[in-house]
Amino acid sequence: MLAKKNGFPNRLGVWGWLGGGRWGAERYLYTLHRLTGLGLLAYFLLHIFVTSSRALGQTGWEQAMGAVTGSIFKIGEYLVFAAFAFHAINGIRLGIIELGFGVGGPIEPVYPYRTSLDVQRPLAIGVLVLAAVIFVLGTLNFWVLE
Amino acid sequence: MMRDQKLWTWHLAAGVVILFLLGLNMTVMHLNVTIPLRGLNPAGGHPIDWANVVARGRSAAFMLSYVILLGAALFHGLYGLRNILFELDPARWLKRTIGVVLLVGGIGLFVLGTWAAIAGFSLARAM
Repeated sequence: MLAKKNGFPNRLGVWGWLGGGRWGAERYLYTLHRLTGLGLLAYFLLHIFVTSSRALGQTGWEQAMGAVTGSIFKIGEYLVFAAFAFHAINGIRLGIIELGFGVGGPIEPVYPYRTSLDVQRPLAIGVLVLAAVIFVLGTLNFWVLE
Repeated sequence: MMRDQKLWTWHLAAGVVILFLLGLNMTVMHLNVTIPLRGLNPAGGHPIDWANVVARGRSAAFMLSYVILLGAALFHGLYGLRNILFELDPARWLKRTIGVVLLVGGIGLFVLGTWAAIAGFSLARAM
């Protein structure tokens, strides 16, 4: 339906984010990168207003901080931290790939065909492990040690 | 180089800046116990306690890093949002409207954030 409306058979709009298809796990990392990016942007735009209150002095700052205190805001901040951990580390992976590293050299198309995704997979796994380490450090800080 | 190619290159460059500066911000704010950077939370307690905010606010380097992070994050985020919206193939007039709204909104937020960073710096220095 969407493809027909747009006039491009491969253009599925946001629905295309839901299906990995032949792109496999990296496609879901792409979807998660977008979702975390949008979440971080929404938080950041509000964050500018809230933190600008420091220009109003101690009273203004403490009033603003008081307005964003409570368990819902703490959970929200925790989700922002988790989104940051994934988005930042996955962004490094995307930068490495954008520069042509970690995708392997050109090979002859001999059956069974290999794609650069086979070469990229360790990088994707490394990203998830590193993001998980940061996530665990943040979890300890948010909920256990602080 | 085409305009969008240039903007994409700036998008990646802004990502690198954000990686370092937001990484530092997150470490100071949300990893203050697991990775304590005592020099950036000199008053102890929570990083958002007023005494810590003032202590960091006295540093010109910190004020400058706020402004750089603000600009880089606004550009990276709003350009990313623009790309996502443009992928949905809106009509030409809507594309133009989206571009103008994001540009004007981004500049407005940059002015507000920069004013707050400079005013906070002046206030902290005066205390």
